[in-house]
Order: sequence, then structure tokens, then C-alpha cells
Amino acid sequence: MNAFQLLNGITFAALLFVVASGFTLIFGLLRIVNLAHGALYLFGGYIGFTVAAKTGYFALGGVAATASVAAIGLALDEGLLRFVRGYELRQVLLTLGVAFVLDDQALVLWGGDSFTVPIPEALRGGVQYFGIFYPKYRLFVLLVGILVFVGLWLLIHHTRLGALIRAGVDDPEMLEASGINLRRVFLATFLLGSALAGLGGLMGGAFLALYPSADAEILVFSLAIVIIGGRGSLVGAAVGSLFVGLLNTFGQVLFPELAYFVIFGPMAVLLAFRPLGLFGTQEPT
Amino acid sequence: MTTDETALLPADRFRRHRASILAGVAVAAAALLPLALSNYQLSLAIQILIYAVLAMSIDILAGFAGRVSLGHGAIFGVATYVVIYADVHAGISPYLAFLLGILAATAVAAIFAVLAIRTSGVYFLLLTLALGMIVWGICLRWTAVTGGENGLRGDVRPAILASHATFFWIVLAFAAMLAFAMYRFVASPFGLTLRGIRDSEQRMRSLGYDVSLHLFVGFTVSGFFAGVAGALYAFFNNFVSPTTVSLSQSVEGLLMSIVGGVGTLFGAFVGAAAVIYLENIVSLYTERWPTILGVAFIVIMIFAPEGILGKLQALQRNRSK
Amino acid sequence: MDRRKFLETAGLTLAAAGAGIRPWRQAQAQDSAIRIGVLAPLTGVVASGGREMVDGVNLWFDHIQRRIAGRPVELLVEDDGSNPDTALQKARRLVEQQNVHFLVGDLLANTGLAVANYVKGNGTPYFIPIIAADDLTQRSRVKNVIRVSGYSASQTTHPFGDWAFQQNHRKVATISQDYTFGHEQCGGFAQVFTEAGGKIVQQFWHPLNTADFSPYLGQIANLEVDAVFAMETGADATRFIQQYASFGLKEKIQLLGAMNATDQSVIRTLGPECEGIVSAAHFAEGADHPVTQQFVKEHTEKYGKIPSLYGFSMYSGVMWLSKAIEKISGKVEDRNALIEAVLTTELSDSPLGKTVKLDAYGNPIYDIYVRKVVKRPDGKFWNVPITSYPNVSQFWKYDPETYMKQPPYSRDFQGMKKS
Repeated sequence: MNAFQLLNGITFAALLFVVASGFTLIFGLLRIVNLAHGALYLFGGYIGFTVAAKTGYFALGGVAATASVAAIGLALDEGLLRFVRGYELRQVLLTLGVAFVLDDQALVLWGGDSFTVPIPEALRGGVQYFGIFYPKYRLFVLLVGILVFVGLWLLIHHTRLGALIRAGVDDPEMLEASGINLRRVFLATFLLGSALAGLGGLMGGAFLALYPSADAEILVFSLAIVIIGGRGSLVGAAVGSLFVGLLNTFGQVLFPELAYFVIFGPMAVLLAFRPLGLFGTQEPT
Repeated sequence: MTTDETALLPADRFRRHRASILAGVAVAAAALLPLALSNYQLSLAIQILIYAVLAMSIDILAGFAGRVSLGHGAIFGVATYVVIYADVHAGISPYLAFLLGILAATAVAAIFAVLAIRTSGVYFLLLTLALGMIVWGICLRWTAVTGGENGLRGDVRPAILASHATFFWIVLAFAAMLAFAMYRFVASPFGLTLRGIRDSEQRMRSLGYDVSLHLFVGFTVSGFFAGVAGALYAFFNNFVSPTTVSLSQSVEGLLMSIVGGVGTLFGAFVGAAAVIYLENIVSLYTERWPTILGVAFIVIMIFAPEGILGKLQALQRNRSK
Repeated sequence: MDRRKFLETAGLTLAAAGAGIRPWRQAQAQDSAIRIGVLAPLTGVVASGGREMVDGVNLWFDHIQRRIAGRPVELLVEDDGSNPDTALQKARRLVEQQNVHFLVGDLLANTGLAVANYVKGNGTPYFIPIIAADDLTQRSRVKNVIRVSGYSASQTTHPFGDWAFQQNHRKVATISQDYTFGHEQCGGFAQVFTEAGGKIVQQFWHPLNTADFSPYLGQIANLEVDAVFAMETGADATRFIQQYASFGLKEKIQLLGAMNATDQSVIRTLGPECEGIVSAAHFAEGADHPVTQQFVKEHTEKYGKIPSLYGFSMYSGVMWLSKAIEKISGKVEDRNALIEAVLTTELSDSPLGKTVKLDAYGNPIYDIYVRKVVKRPDGKFWNVPITSYPNVSQFWKYDPETYMKQPPYSRDFQGMKKS
């Protein structure tokens, strides 16, 4: 197609990556499909919006979004999920219940209107290169996506926590046997994953707006990405995000009738024939 | 009738006959409802019966094959779409349309099954979710056939069934027959094999059972029942829109199955009644039904994952120890 | 089979059935009140508009102390969720459980069509000040569905197509939500615009609740058009206008909007990106008419915001109904009399500032303003008329019978003249 659409797809993919990376970390290490991840995104967006709108500082909004959603994640993990540890399906369904509650409470707190996080002055407007006028903010989102990837990569591959996470994703029993305080690793991961969702909410809230069904939409995308990319894989999340982001953009343009099929078709096929996704690793039996 | 209990004492056999009589009494009592309830309450009762069938179809897989599906709402809705489309736009008689709807739903279930049987656990959940989303996407965007956002509407219920009471009795008859059929299915040797697969796929394979075939048939059969519920829903609602095939429909069916008790089969009636009645009563006083539903879900997952009926059975079992 | 299991199942189900009976019987206690079922999207893509609908209704009924012809008025508000299935369920509940005398409201055309299909079967009067699906007052007219104080979708865009041509626009692209109202608004515009000699270069249709318009904006940027007609409502309108501006298209290509796109419920939360967008509607909150400004003042005082199309339409709608009910001395139980009274009432005190009456098909005739979004001294934005087309009916300048021979507007039929 053309550069414009390509940029659209990539910048959207960057946002998706921020959110999906958190999801894949939690899914990968804790083996929890957190169906409330979308609601965390939405809450992060709303809280970030409120703070940014009141104080006038986008960055403060970012801090508020990340911190508050990490707190909600903490409550979710320590307050609820601890009662169903080890029961995969129960965990999933419990997070579904949490999603219902958060979704409805967001409606109580912020109403049904659509809100847009105010973009800081420096990022407004666009840049003109090679005949294309492109919004600065979307390029900023792309930058953030890349930074998040780099940051997570460094974390996973160059820190102790990262090594523990990688070990846990590959072989949970070994990790347990090594005597490390698993609980703390898991909690840290859960908080990180949730924080990423919150950050995604703030970022997305500025160019995609925040409204009551945004959580379901981003959740569904995150699911597709993590399935395609592979549970627990950072590179997988990146590739999956690019795949979904580009397909969504081009799908809407080229095959508007098949927009959903274009994303969920490959997801279904992958799940059926290679459930581990592109970069997932085989679990030792 | 066979169960997974060992030798039967005469007392147990007698008990079993009593069970059938009691079942008959329950159905007969339900048949009297049109005399006591208003039209609106009857329409709720009809919905409960229809959704109970959906929930039971989900339970066949969830409770007896160990596979939780989030795609049965789509299968249900496909039947609804086909029935209404066939009647309103293709001029087919409502009865033939009804059969076509069930056929279509079963076909979709078979397609889902071919892909889904290779997975289990959470991946099965996600795969059926994805497949359901594809169906939803088609219904939303294929405007020429499905009406897109507008959905399809018309007058599909046959004139003889126009009255609330008559339609209720027909649905009750269907629900009773389908429940019985599903019970027989899960109690049959085939059903026992499914349970074996639920408990340990590895073992069943090593015993020589064709696990994939069993799962395929199980899924398709469960889809058939969901399809009948969907076809009945077309007659009930006279309207269908993408919401009917959406994820929320699958979630609701699953929820009812869980509330009633996964693996109890008939718990679906309890679950459907609980969810639908609660929703109606709660909505009279507050708009916060989703919060209440979510909290109920959380509480059930933590304290009573076996559902209402499951919990009662467990208590009863403890008492008799 | 365990008998206890069966007993419990049956017992629980029947108990639930029995337990539920009492609260519902209580709902029928009030006999002297006029029970009005108000359906509005309080959640979903057009939630912002939905709430305004309820505000508009409340504003009027508070005005008349909640009594008509000596009977107290009971309003039962239900959320249709911006979704036809939910609308249908709630309509059923209001009619069969709460025994309302009539229904009024709904916003999205698809919700209106679903409810209209339902009331067709049981004769409950259904008044739709906002549902604009053309056919409900044209080819698929239902006797008890009346567009009181409303408009048909293409009614406001027929003259707009004419105006666009007069501004020397010759090539236009349209982008719209993919449902009936969208098809009809675009169709109305396209038909008149092309008949005058203009060309619709391309049409884009997207599902309700599209978050990311960038794929469409990318394509639009590449087309050579003089203007873009955007038919958006609710959150889609908000997002579209913002993204249109952020992609730099605002300065390059004139944006023509559907009236819902520049409605107060949308532009209230926007900034300079909405300034200068032109739309066409029968209502403009910035119109320099004393009656209109009085209405704006009252609404602003009571709710802290400038009224939107939705608030205004419901306000006028229930105003109209009240006058009709007074004419029949409050006897709303007589459905035929009620419908007859509504059809023959003329609304003389409408906030539009002139008398409104229905055409022979049950749809109002209006002066249509072409209006522009302008910034007020206090920094807020509103729609101010720049010109107006008097006495526009749902048929524009066409003869009704001839017009109804052409199919209703849809994705496939946009009334465009082949050039």
C-alpha cells in the first residue's frame, strides 16, 4: 500500500504492543489469562485522563495511570486471585468477573461519554516528510512502543528478575525447586504487566479516545496478539502486535467486509495447529 | 440407564423410578405456570428454558469433556440468523426454516470442532472465543445478508404459537425432551468415554480410544443442542442482531452453566433461572447489574466453583457419609 | 438419576418462579398516573446523546409540574444500550411488565427499527422524536409509530446537498457509520448533490464504534475532493473530528458534517478541531431567535450545559405529546384517540420559534438551517445558522408518490444520478 497506511499500522501496533506485552508477561509466567486486562487499560486511561486534564501535565497523567493500575493489579492478585491459585480456568473466569465489575464502575465514575486525553503542546500537530503529513503524537506512541520493548528486553535478558521470569515461563517446577521466593517474582510480574496496561490506556486515550467498550476491544486484540506471538514471548508480542496492527489497518482499507476475519482467522488457525504461537516455547511435561 | 456407580441394589433401582416420576411431576408443575404468571413473566420463563438448553449444551463439553467453550453463543446465534433469514428473506416456511437453522448451527459447530479438538484448557477457551468472534464479525459486516448493525427482523413465529401460553408449552416440551436427550447422551458409553477424556486424555489414548473423534462428535452434538435453542430463540424474539452471536452471549451461557453447576447438566435450569430472574429484579432497583453479576461470578469462583447444584450435591454427599 | 438432584432442580426453579411474582404485581398499583416508557441509550456508543434525551424529557415535565390534564405523569426510563437487542428487551419489559401507556425515545435507527417491529404486533403507540429511519414514515409505515417532533434522516441532507453544490463543491467523498441512518443521510446528500451536477468520488462505510479512523483518513487524503461529508454520531463523531484535525485534513479539505456530528453532545468536549465545520439541521442552538435562546438559557441553568439536538428533540417531542394528551382530556388508554390527536396537533411553542406541523405521512416539516460551528465569547462552541431552507419536508422537492417508488437508501442505493 502506501507509507501513510504503513505508518498507521505500525503506530497502532506500537500501542497494542505496550498493552499486549503486559498481557503476555502475566500469561507467560503466571499462566493467568487476565481477562480484566482490558479493563485495566480503560481504568488507566480514565485515571490518566483525569489527572492530565486537571493538572495540565501529560507526564503526570502517565505516572498516575501506571501507578494506580499497578495498585489495582496488586489488589486483584493479592485480594482475589490468591484464592484460586493453581486452578487455571477458575482464574480466567474470576478475572472475567473482575472485568465486569471494573467496566461497570468505570461507567459510574466517568459516565458514558467518550474522553480524549489531552495531548501535550509539544506533541500536537504533525510533521511533513516525503509528502506525507503525519501526526506527531502517533510517532511519539511508536517511540514509546520501541522504548518499552527495549526496556523489557533489557529487563528480561539482563537482570536477575528477568532471568527468573524467563526460567519461570520455561519451567515453573525448576524455578520452584530452586528455592527462590516465587511469590515475589510473580507479584512483581503481575504489577509490571498491569502497569503496562495502564500506561497503554493513557497513551491510547489520546488518539483513540476512551469510552465504555474500549476495554473489550483492546482485550480481544491483546488475546489475538499473545496467541499469535506465543505465550510469554516478548519478541512474540512485538511480532504479534505488528501483525495485528498492520492487518487491522490494511484489512479495514482493503477488505472492510472481512475486517475481523483477517485477524481472528490467523489466530484460530494458529491455535488449532500451533497453539504455542510463533515464538512460544514447549512446556516440559 | 447406566451411571458410573457399581452394582445396583433393588433399593437404588426403585429410587431411579421415583426420579423419573419426580421429573415428570416437575415438568407437569411447570406446565401449570401459564395459569399463574402474567404474559411478561411467561416470556421470562420461556427465555429461561431456552437459555437453559444453551447452558446445558455448554455443560456437555465443560462438565463432561473438560472443555470450556466461549463459542457456543455464536453457534446459538447462527441458528437464529438462519431461521429468520430463511423465513423473512427466502420465503421458506417457518418449520423448514427452524430445521435449517439447527442444521446450520450443527455445521458451524462441526467446523469449530475440527479446529478446536486439538487444544484443551485455556487454549480451547481462547480458540472457541476467536471462532465466535469470526462469526460475530461476519454477522456484523456482511450487511447484505445479515443486515449488519440493523439485524434481521420479521414475524417468524408460526401463527399457532402466537399466544404466550401455547409457545411456552412448546418450549417446555422441547426443553424437557432436549434435557432428557442430553442426559442420555452423557450417561451413555460415549458420554462415559468423554468423562474419561476429561479425567485423563493420556490414559484414554493408551487404552485405545480415538480421543479426537470422541471430542469431535461431542462438540458437534453439543452444538446441535445449542442450535435448537437458537432456533427456538428466533421464534421467541422475531429479531436477531450481532449481539445474539457475540461473546457476551457465550459468556452468559457459560455463566448460567457455572452458576448451576458444571457437570450437573440440570444445574443449567437453576443457573438460567437465577441469572435471568436476578437480572430482571435487580434492574428494577439499580442499573448496576453488571457489577452485581461480576461480584457473583467472583464469589462463585472462589467459594462455590461447582455451582449451586454442585454445592448442594457436595453437601448432600457429605451428609450421607 | 438422583432423585434429590431432580427435586432440587425443580424446586429451585419453581421457587424462583413463585418468588418473582410479587414485586411485579406491585408495578401495576398506580392507576391514575399516565405511565410513559422512555427508552434512551444511557450506555454504549451514543451514551452522551442518550442522557441528554432524558434531560430534555425531564426539563419539559418539570416545566408542567409532571401533570397533564389533571393526571400525574410517571416516567419509566430504560437504557437501550445503543443496541437493538437491548432496546427490544427493554421495550418488552416496559410494555408487558410495567404496563406503560406508550413508548417514546430511542436514538439509533437500528434500535428504533427493532422496537417498531415489536409494537407493530401489539399496537402500543411508539413516538420517535429522534429515530430517523426514513422508511418508518414512508414505505414501511406502521400506524402506531409516529415521528413526533422528529425528522427523517434524509430530510436534513437533501438541502445540504444543494447547498454544497452552490458553494462550488463539485467532488465530494462521504464517510459514514454503516447503518440505516448513515446510509440515509449520505443518500439524501448524494442524490441532490449529484442531480445538481456534483460527483461523489468515493464512499466509506465503517462499523459503529470505530476507534481508529486513520485507514480511512489515509485514503481520503489521497483523493482529490473539495469537501468531505462525514456522517458520524456519538463517540465516533468525537474521534473522527479529532483525528481529521490531527492528520492535517482540517485545513486542506472542508469538512461537512451530519447534524449529529457537530451536535453539542459531541463538540462540548472538543476544542478548536471542531471550529468551522458546517452541517445542516432544523435546530441550531446558536440561532438568534428569542424562543430558542430562552430554551438554551433554561437548559444551561438546569443542567450546566448547552442543549443538544437530542435534548431539544425529546423536549419538543414530549411537549407535543402533552398538548395532544390534553386535547383528549388525558385519556391515554384510548390508543386510537391518542394517535389521532398527535397527528393533528401543531406545535406552536416549539423552541424553534415557529409552528411545526406534520405532513400527510406523519413526519414534521421544518425550516432547515445550514449551520457552522462557531466559538462563543466564553470559549464554548456552538452551531450558528448561516442560511436556511424554508418548509422542507421529508420528500424535499420531489413528489411523494414518485419518491417512494425509488428504493429506500441503503449501501447499494444512494440515489446517485449516473453522470
